[in-house]
Amino acid sequence: MRVVLAEDLALLREGLAGLLESAGFQIAASVASGPDLLAALLEHRPDVAVVDVRLPPSFTDEGLQAALEARRRVPGLPILVLSQYVEQLYARELLADGSGGIGYLLKDRVFDVEQFIDAVRRVAAGGTAMDPEVIAKLVTKGGPPISRLTPRELKVLKLMAQGRSNSAIAARLSVTERAVAKHIANIFTKLDLPVSEDDNRRVLAVLAYLNR
Amino acid sequence: MVDGGAGVIERSGAAVVRGLALYLMALVIGVLLCCVMLMSITLIGVGAGLVLVPPAGAAVRRYADRYRELTGRWTGTRIDSPYAPAPEPRAGLAGWWDRTVHTLSDQATWRDLLWLLVDPITGVVTALLPAALVAEGIYGVLLASGLWMPIYEVTGTEWFTFVPVGDWRTAVAAGALGALYIGAGLWIARPMLALHGRWAARLLAPTAKSRLARRVQQLARTRSEAVDAQAAELRRIERDLHDGAQARLVAMGMSLGAIEHLLDRDPQRARQLLAEVRRNSVQALNELRDLVRGIHPPVLADRGLVDAVRALALDHPLPVEVSADLDGRPAAPVESAVYFAVAEVLTNAAKHSGAQRVWVDIRHCDGTLRVTVTDDGHGGADPSGSGLRGIERRIATFDGVLAVSSPPGGPTIVTMELPCASSSPKTSHS
Repeated sequence: MRVVLAEDLALLREGLAGLLESAGFQIAASVASGPDLLAALLEHRPDVAVVDVRLPPSFTDEGLQAALEARRRVPGLPILVLSQYVEQLYARELLADGSGGIGYLLKDRVFDVEQFIDAVRRVAAGGTAMDPEVIAKLVTKGGPPISRLTPRELKVLKLMAQGRSNSAIAARLSVTERAVAKHIANIFTKLDLPVSEDDNRRVLAVLAYLNR
Repeated sequence: MVDGGAGVIERSGAAVVRGLALYLMALVIGVLLCCVMLMSITLIGVGAGLVLVPPAGAAVRRYADRYRELTGRWTGTRIDSPYAPAPEPRAGLAGWWDRTVHTLSDQATWRDLLWLLVDPITGVVTALLPAALVAEGIYGVLLASGLWMPIYEVTGTEWFTFVPVGDWRTAVAAGALGALYIGAGLWIARPMLALHGRWAARLLAPTAKSRLARRVQQLARTRSEAVDAQAAELRRIERDLHDGAQARLVAMGMSLGAIEHLLDRDPQRARQLLAEVRRNSVQALNELRDLVRGIHPPVLADRGLVDAVRALALDHPLPVEVSADLDGRPAAPVESAVYFAVAEVLTNAAKHSGAQRVWVDIRHCDGTLRVTVTDDGHGGADPSGSGLRGIERRIATFDGVLAVSSPPGGPTIVTMELPCASSSPKTSHS
């Protein structure tokens, strides 16, 4: 799988590249600024891009802007955004087109290499990988329908919103997959969401609901 | 003209009454206060003045301020209070001396006194005349309606201005003249009142010098507050770093040293310590993130005030609606001050208001950045509470003002206004 990598700090860029290469990814391009990123994304059309939010020359949210622009031109281009902080506002913008292939994680999630690589693969496959912190904020903000969920359902919802599959959730909570499916059915009924089999559409439905 | 006529007469009538009220104030209270004040000053020589001047001066100021307020409301000439802020007086007798000196050394005191003396004289024309004309006119009309007869029987011919009223013919003439007086009184009432206002402003408004003095005083105060706030902020950051990230890095370094030793002897324990180091590093990052948010929130740096407030709204426990009309971005320090002020107000709304919804409106017009935060809670917010006072201080550095309207039962409306010459339109990311 070909990856475009955007990170302005050389140390981190090298580290990420090493990490991804050792996991079998191929680095198509490794850039350090917003304009370069946009050009690289459009030129290489990678299987997935790993992008730092803050990039030169302006050192504002240039990585995010380039990612959004690239996805406007190439709908569904899978992009995993990394940041020192997560903002609901940015999560919303990334999810706005509803086409999946989006990840938004805190940089420290890279520490857990296995999970990070898993997230990159999930995004590359058109799935979602939202940082637990974003999900936690979204869920606490939820209002009355969310408060109708049981604690166990809430846990399932959080894992689901991160982009985990039924089997992953089952493993995480040490229950059977059938139990997870039942919880999910309950959640969808309580939140009044259309039931969907596809993992990714399911996640997006939940996020869209939480993001209203 | 015809349908507007009633309104014009009503407004003129109001002007007549207001002129009369101002004149009576000047004649009764003003003159009395003037006498008291002058007497107090002359008594300084025998010591009693020291005790009399401060309260007398305060009474004069209260009266003059009330007069300014009424004049501003009625004549359309806004008159600001000119007094220099009182210094902190010493205790005991020395305090009385300080207050006396402060009262007498303020130029505004003498201008007030001059006004108290002059107002009853000049006010005859500017404030009283319309009312006098109307009153005389009404008398004339009353004469014409038959009042002349009993008067004629008792005192003989009654002169109404230049008309000797002795029979119906002359009485009607007096009535016609009276009507003319009423008309004239109403006619001149509003311009006269406006003139009165302008004239009052000449003596009662702050002089350029006292304006400057007040401005300097205000700048000195807000500057020292800003410097204090900044120093406190730096201390907080230093403490947070020292107790937080810095301490964690030290702990991580120590753990790594221990791991080095344990690697061969006790790999199991080394692995445990490694996990701990990782937890510590995540924790340190979290603390640094929180610290950065408190210094300069990333969204504010990235996108500016409006999106930063939108991000705040998203993180807020209540539904917050943000509307904005800003072209370009205000200067960075203003943005930051307003952002933290809004954050504080939103926190207050969540904690104390019992609100279900909050609205934030940000707009820029006529060189002023105006931010309004409204909630549908139960009201009763205390504008002198420490939170709102802190916000006031924060924006005072930029000559900003804070207004709080929070009647019991709500809603609470907090308005901030900051002069903000031109929000330089930067190329915004879209």
